[in-house]
Amino acid sequence: MTAGVFDALTERLAAEGRQPRLSHGILVVDVPREALLATVATLKSDFQFDMFLDVTAVDWPDREPRFDVVYHFYSTQHFARVRVKTQVGVTDPAVDSLTGLFGAARFMERECHEMYGIAFRGNDDLRPILLYEGFEGHPLRKDYPKTREQPLVPYRK
Amino acid sequence: MTDIARRPLPGLEYMTTKKDELVGWARKFSLFPYPFVTACCGMEFMSVSTTLYDTDRFGAALPRFSPRQSDLLMVVGTVTHKQAPVLKKIYDQMCEPKWVIAFGVCASSGGFYQNYAAVPGIDKIIPVDIYIPGCPPRPEMVIDGIMRLQEKIAASKHPLV
Repeated sequence: MTAGVFDALTERLAAEGRQPRLSHGILVVDVPREALLATVATLKSDFQFDMFLDVTAVDWPDREPRFDVVYHFYSTQHFARVRVKTQVGVTDPAVDSLTGLFGAARFMERECHEMYGIAFRGNDDLRPILLYEGFEGHPLRKDYPKTREQPLVPYRK
Repeated sequence: MTDIARRPLPGLEYMTTKKDELVGWARKFSLFPYPFVTACCGMEFMSVSTTLYDTDRFGAALPRFSPRQSDLLMVVGTVTHKQAPVLKKIYDQMCEPKWVIAFGVCASSGGFYQNYAAVPGIDKIIPVDIYIPGCPPRPEMVIDGIMRLQEKIAASKHPLV
């Protein structure tokens, strides 16, 4: 069942110039960020990838563009998973928000925003969700100092 | 009522002691813990509270879920910077006399957490009387910690107003 949808999806994406590959039973698709929204919309509408599992980022400090933004989707029809990756640079770390397609993206984009500083265009609520108001910087970036603390309560003595 | 009930006990009509010893003796056997449980150490706290290890033997059986009714704050687990204001507020709400136990390495020193999120030991925020190390500590260590706190209470001054 998985193989069938992966074959059809690979064919469709190859026609758009992508080269999906299989990794540990997950189909991995690299897309430029301009094509992200359209690709995900196709996944949802034509291939029944109807569940948004997660969005996170990977920081490659020495690479340009520096960040991978990684999405995972699941199909409750085909029981298959797809990973979509796109690259953004540190000067303009922005991608389109998926909140128009998946309501679940709202909270997960907030987390990715506070931890990595990725801006999601179109998500109107990017307040901190796990961190607190007033926290400076993005703690999961590799250049955030390991020992830097931002206490809310002043330390004793 | 029979005569024997009215008769005073032979040899124990009164006894003398020091005020601090008397009050300390009373206080050390009536600890009302407030469990501030945030993480996995809580499982060990449950174990030490229930019949197998039974902190009831030390008079520390009845957890009060209001800081205003408790005199022992047990901080069980990791405290994050986001949570630190809550812990501080709970400590401030407790009436004197009050004591604090840091239960497990995370509460004692931050444990293996050294990052943006975790407080490196609750003694950065509130004073701590007893540190119980371990990840998590064995129930025997917790009992040892409670007994040491009792010794500390018994040996300290107890000013009355």
